[in-house]
Amino acid sequence: MAVTRLKRSSILDDPKYISFLAGNTPYSAGVFESIGTVTVGAGGASSVTFSSIPSTYKHLQIRLTATPTSADNFAFQFNGDTAANYSYHYLAGSGSSATAGNGVSISNGYLGYASTASYPTSVILDILDYSNTSKYKTTRDLLGNDANGSGYIMLSSSLWSNTAAISSILLKCDAQSFISGSTFALYGVK
Amino acid sequence: MATTYDPIATQTLGSASASVTFSSIPSTYTDLIIVSNAGSTVTTNDYIRFNGDTGANYSWTRIYGTGSAAGSSRGTNTNEGFIGDVTTTLATEILQIQNYTNTTTYKTVIARSSNSSSAVTASVSTWRNTAAITSITLLPGSTTWIAGSTFTLYGIKAA
Repeated sequence: MAVTRLKRSSILDDPKYISFLAGNTPYSAGVFESIGTVTVGAGGASSVTFSSIPSTYKHLQIRLTATPTSADNFAFQFNGDTAANYSYHYLAGSGSSATAGNGVSISNGYLGYASTASYPTSVILDILDYSNTSKYKTTRDLLGNDANGSGYIMLSSSLWSNTAAISSILLKCDAQSFISGSTFALYGVK
Repeated sequence: MATTYDPIATQTLGSASASVTFSSIPSTYTDLIIVSNAGSTVTTNDYIRFNGDTGANYSWTRIYGTGSAAGSSRGTNTNEGFIGDVTTTLATEILQIQNYTNTTTYKTVIARSSNSSSAVTASVSTWRNTAAITSITLLPGSTTWIAGSTFTLYGIKAA
């Protein structure tokens, strides 16, 4: 039977369906949503920023695969804060030994050490309760790179001593740049 | 907004098996995640291979804690990537494989493995191949996965 006319009053609003076929699965909004993606273009980038982050999620996750122009630390800053409001701890495996370190009252959070410019470094960064204005912000991340004889696997946690909701995240190296093709994706968790 | 974290496939072993393979992986996602709760017939390490590649095209670095010691080790020119420690007690492991369809870079896996009977481990493995990943094989070293082991493959799609 052909559809010749569709009246607005005849459209059911609830439940929402993903197609007009009878018996289809009702639409269900996801709890893990992609907010934005950045792929570094030709010429590289000294930093990557996610700005105007919506406050409607519960947590954030950044998934990145990036290569520095030369071995360097990966780091981040929130809301453009470049002051000494960050601290961190890390546990690192170098392939020969397990070591730990920390930083106090520094100008950025710490992701880990990208020890090679020849192989990509993968990072999963979790930022829990990012929009809560009653607490400082704690992050945790897993970073890894392996260049067939060198490399690091690291677990890190950082603290941003600020109760402001996070509305922007800047990702950078200490001194180097990200090469073309490095990718950064921001996700929101409801 | 469409869901971004999709279950692609799940395998639950009804009997012991030497390996588990996810094949014909769709290329429509950005990253892959494998979540497993698995055990092995004897205590061993577990490993990962891509696209059926059994050549010496992998390398890895790991950090581990056994309850009495912490350490780190690596493997070079190995025939598989490294995940963690598995025993007859089920281990929980989460593997992250980012940009798996990228055809210009080598592939990196970062993983966390937790086994209360053996060790907690974090590892990174590199597959020195720029091919897009279309299949993933998970295998315990020189033994078998036990019945009841579960493995789930998820796809994450960036905007």
